[in-house]
Amino acid sequence: MGLIARHAEAAGIPTLCMGSALDILQAVYPPRAAFLDYLLGHTTGKPSEPELQRAILLEALEAFSSLSQPGQIKHLPFRWAEDDGWKDGVMNDGDTRTPRRDTPQYQTEADRILVEQNDPEACEVCETAA
Amino acid sequence: MQKPPVDYIKRITANYAALGYKTYQWVHNEDTPPWTPLTKPLSECRLGLIASGGIYVTGQVAFHTKDDFSFRAIPKDVATSDLRTAHFAYDQTDARRDPNVVFPIDTLRRLEAEGVIGELAEHAFTFMGGIYSTRKVRESLAPQLTEQLKAERVDVALLVPV
Repeated sequence: MGLIARHAEAAGIPTLCMGSALDILQAVYPPRAAFLDYLLGHTTGKPSEPELQRAILLEALEAFSSLSQPGQIKHLPFRWAEDDGWKDGVMNDGDTRTPRRDTPQYQTEADRILVEQNDPEACEVCETAA
Repeated sequence: MQKPPVDYIKRITANYAALGYKTYQWVHNEDTPPWTPLTKPLSECRLGLIASGGIYVTGQVAFHTKDDFSFRAIPKDVATSDLRTAHFAYDQTDARRDPNVVFPIDTLRRLEAEGVIGELAEHAFTFMGGIYSTRKVRESLAPQLTEQLKAERVDVALLVPV
């Protein structure tokens, strides 16, 4: 995402890149960043907690005002849990990724059927890179 | 007990090496990033959202998990219950329960209604992160997404990786 942030910023669009992996944010070094020290897969909050999600985005968006130098990272004032013990187990359990397949990986069978019934050319929002 | 942020690059590299896998190479930029100053308050800005959590809308072709660097345009008025995820590398349980954890569409619609942001762009753009080829991102995905943001006439962009 850092490459996309840099590209858009260079083209004249101010960007804010969020992230829950501080070392990766530091490596890709985007123009503006907001770090949320949460379990991966929750970059903008916890599920079904709209007030928390709103508070997180408000703190993140504030970085558009408070960050004044390229490459700065705002640390957001939220913690995943009182105890940071969850961090010990992260990424220590072998490869949890799913096998790579070059066919669409639908969340549900109904999604697949819906697309196969449609003419893909007719789907206005199915924009795909060349 | 408080602990420092997780050192993902070190842990993932060790993890994959132990399994004999090719190492994922994160982009490592040394040069100072580009900078475009904001010229008006957020409350007057049109905001564009880009997210890499593999979000699609039912009816769209899902992402495949082998070097997919395509993207989808998600209309701003999408029904949250029509959002789906397809991604090979993160636990999608919570994202499938509530897409707002990686694709803050309800949150942004609310901030738009509250006047915190001026307006949410007509479309958000999504792809599946973890693309091994930085060349494809640099030469294809990044320029295309920038074009989309420009076509939507956004003033600022919020980027949400996983």
